[in-house]
Amino acid sequence: MTAENVYQPYLMRIERAIDEAPGIKTFRLLFEDEESGKNFDFKAGQFGEYSVFGEGESTFCIASSPTRKGYIECTFRQTGRVTAALAGLNEGDTVGFRGPYGNVFPLDDWKGKNLLFIAGGIALPPLRCVIWNALDLRENFEDVSILYGARSVADLVYKYELDEWDKRGDVRLTTTVDPGGQTADWKGEVGFVPHVLEKMNPSSDNTIALVCGPPIMIKLTLPVLAKLGFAPGDTFTTLENRMKCGIGKCGRCNVGKYYVCVDGPVFTLEQLQGMPAEY
Amino acid sequence: MTMIDRKLLKKESIQPLLNALRESGRRIIAPQRSGSAPGTWCRDLGPGDEVDLEQRTTVSPKSAFLPMVEEILRYRNEGKRIVMEGSRVQAQPTVVFGSRPCDTRALHALDAVFLHVPGDLFFRERRAATTVVTFSCESADPDCFCTSVSGGPRDAEGSDLLLTRVADDRFLVEVCTEKGKQVVELAPHLFEPAGDVDTEAFVATVPVRFSPVEVRKRLQDLFNDEEFWREQSLACLGCSTCAFVCPNCSCFDIQDEADLKGGSRLRCWDSCGQKLFTLHASGHNPRSVQSQRWRQRIMHKFSYLPEKEGMVGCVGCGRCSRACPADMNLLERLTAIAEARI
Amino acid sequence: MEALRQRARELLEAGSVQVIIGYANGSNGRRRPLFARRPEQLDQLILEDNPPLNLAVYLRKPEIKRLGKAGVVATPSILKSILQLAAENQYRDSEALFLALDPTGAVVELSTADAIAKYLGSNGQAVTESESCAEIASLDRDGRFAFWQQEFERCIRCYACRASCPMCYCEQCIADSNQPQWVPVAPHSLGNLEWHVSRAMHLAGRCVGCGACTEACPAGIPLRLMNQFLADLVAKEFSQKAGAGVKLDYPLSVFNVKDREDFIK
Repeated sequence: MTAENVYQPYLMRIERAIDEAPGIKTFRLLFEDEESGKNFDFKAGQFGEYSVFGEGESTFCIASSPTRKGYIECTFRQTGRVTAALAGLNEGDTVGFRGPYGNVFPLDDWKGKNLLFIAGGIALPPLRCVIWNALDLRENFEDVSILYGARSVADLVYKYELDEWDKRGDVRLTTTVDPGGQTADWKGEVGFVPHVLEKMNPSSDNTIALVCGPPIMIKLTLPVLAKLGFAPGDTFTTLENRMKCGIGKCGRCNVGKYYVCVDGPVFTLEQLQGMPAEY
Repeated sequence: MTMIDRKLLKKESIQPLLNALRESGRRIIAPQRSGSAPGTWCRDLGPGDEVDLEQRTTVSPKSAFLPMVEEILRYRNEGKRIVMEGSRVQAQPTVVFGSRPCDTRALHALDAVFLHVPGDLFFRERRAATTVVTFSCESADPDCFCTSVSGGPRDAEGSDLLLTRVADDRFLVEVCTEKGKQVVELAPHLFEPAGDVDTEAFVATVPVRFSPVEVRKRLQDLFNDEEFWREQSLACLGCSTCAFVCPNCSCFDIQDEADLKGGSRLRCWDSCGQKLFTLHASGHNPRSVQSQRWRQRIMHKFSYLPEKEGMVGCVGCGRCSRACPADMNLLERLTAIAEARI
Repeated sequence: MEALRQRARELLEAGSVQVIIGYANGSNGRRRPLFARRPEQLDQLILEDNPPLNLAVYLRKPEIKRLGKAGVVATPSILKSILQLAAENQYRDSEALFLALDPTGAVVELSTADAIAKYLGSNGQAVTESESCAEIASLDRDGRFAFWQQEFERCIRCYACRASCPMCYCEQCIADSNQPQWVPVAPHSLGNLEWHVSRAMHLAGRCVGCGACTEACPAGIPLRLMNQFLADLVAKEFSQKAGAGVKLDYPLSVFNVKDREDFIK
């Protein structure tokens, strides 16, 4: 890739394709150019523009941790033209990648703090990056708790990793499915994420909360966090807006004076409260 | 702005100057009539073509720097492999001949978007290769409001050469930059030294109509007034005309066009006035009604941009008002906001 | 005009309609739509023979619908558009009220498709074929193609034509679809041609010839001629004219065994 043309993507090879849930896939991508792969670095929270040449680009966070070198992962749901084309690709196929773009979760600021991750459905990927990043640097943080819910057991993503997190001794994992989404052998919680959060009653003392989920989940979870005493400056989320360029030029993701692709996608609740609700 | 030099150019020397520019290998983009078709358009000027310095152009000269369509990527398929092909950058030396002070000022806003790191290679090369020759405005119409947004009919901001009529057959040529100097040096025999001249005799008067500072203040309070925005935008049809004729607007779409052999990725003009602009693939639309999209236009130009970049995103050229099929008239809307009435 | 204004005032004051839609003088010699909610706003009402905007386009907009029942100061073009919309199930009888003048200058109130059709019939409104249309029709196929290619050089794909047309009411326009991408988004020569031809075909036999598209086009492309050409073709081949009657057998979506093309037999 020429560093000159900012619109030119890296060429990536799909090394692994995983069916996470109905309509949801994960790709593990390797850089076709090994040198680029060696030099590539990013931080948790950043995203990329993933191309299917001839169809277009789609925006996903980088779902793998920056502590793991040599590859990147993305998880997406088949929704429109580009994701439909991506879903049709197989291991060995080529995908374009532009990135890393956007701002980062300030993990360095969180040394010595408790981390509370709250995610819903397809929104676990952006947090999964941070989770592995934190777990790979486990000694930097105090308690690590994860609350993850989906509509049904089948809709949970990273099922294999949920097991891994559950089995570790240094993570408190709570999983839940919506009422009616449980299977006969489901051992986790049953209930909407905000209700389960209230039941969990986590302490807000010295704790950073990270929330990612569908708009309705966010809407109902934020008041619970407020009630539990989480300060807006200590509550982090990511915004998803329609994007094209990813570098603050095309104007599409403009929210107030911010560009979600440059000033975000990571925002604190405090910042969100000062922005027009156009996301 | 301090001028490098001042010269005089006879009106009859304009054509020889254009010839000299062409002979030097420069491409000339100038406002022209297009046969019997209505309107004046910024187009490539051929040897026999005539520059139209009387009429305002329908679309601004921004297309010289940001064309309606630009290829930003090209690739070919080799079996299952994708092979990138070199970027086609337009770097031929070019002169935009016949810009207006408002249009030239707007380049500053385009620079803030496209040259901001990471820079857009295609815009950067065109910009670097282009010399801007601006003509001061001898007339204004009620849609013009450059003076309300820090501009003026003889404003030199962004120009390499500024030409102002000072007599029936003569223009004062103010050389603002090195690029402008190079144009003069192409045909120095065409230029005379300039003494004292009346620079205001042929310059239009454009009364100030509102204060952008007032507008910005009121916008802060008006943002959540849904009724206000609904009323303002009742007539708006949701087309892209205002954004496309505007010298400041630069929002774009990226589209792939391909066949089995390969394809290209294109950057094309887009507008926040369209429903599709912010529409997610999921169907969610943060600006789902026209009043929100109208509000975005106003807020972006008169509140967000001033806050973020310290500049108003409008140069008062009046094109949007002239071209709008529903006569939304931006100037009226702005004065209404400044005076805080619908 | 005064009679119209008076009737409009009465309707507003009585609450029979919540908004009067008409034309008003705009800025710098232009015309604009008026959405009068209060009687004093009616002083701005003007009546024009060939106004540049077709007000029927506003009746489909949710922002206008939520204002309440509309009374529209209607020109023949607007009325023809309403008839066509009614034939396409986009206008329900009595949804709005249309004010027009009869030959004696008295105000008539029309609210049903039948009433509108009768009014138009008795007032002898016909779409006249303009000179330019005859000029284009006299060109051969290559000549016509070259003509339109040249015109579309100036197209900036602003979609003002679509936005100003009462017949372009599709929730998702074909140009906005990307699965599949029927029409290229990019405003290059081919893309522009594809857009305009697609639109013209979708309007064939439906366009009432109001000319709003041509007035709206910032590039001054004579779009109405393309639509006119196709309208004449549909009228000749299928005896169907838009906005001319209430019942519609839309030629491009109805199969008739007597159709002369035999490829489908």
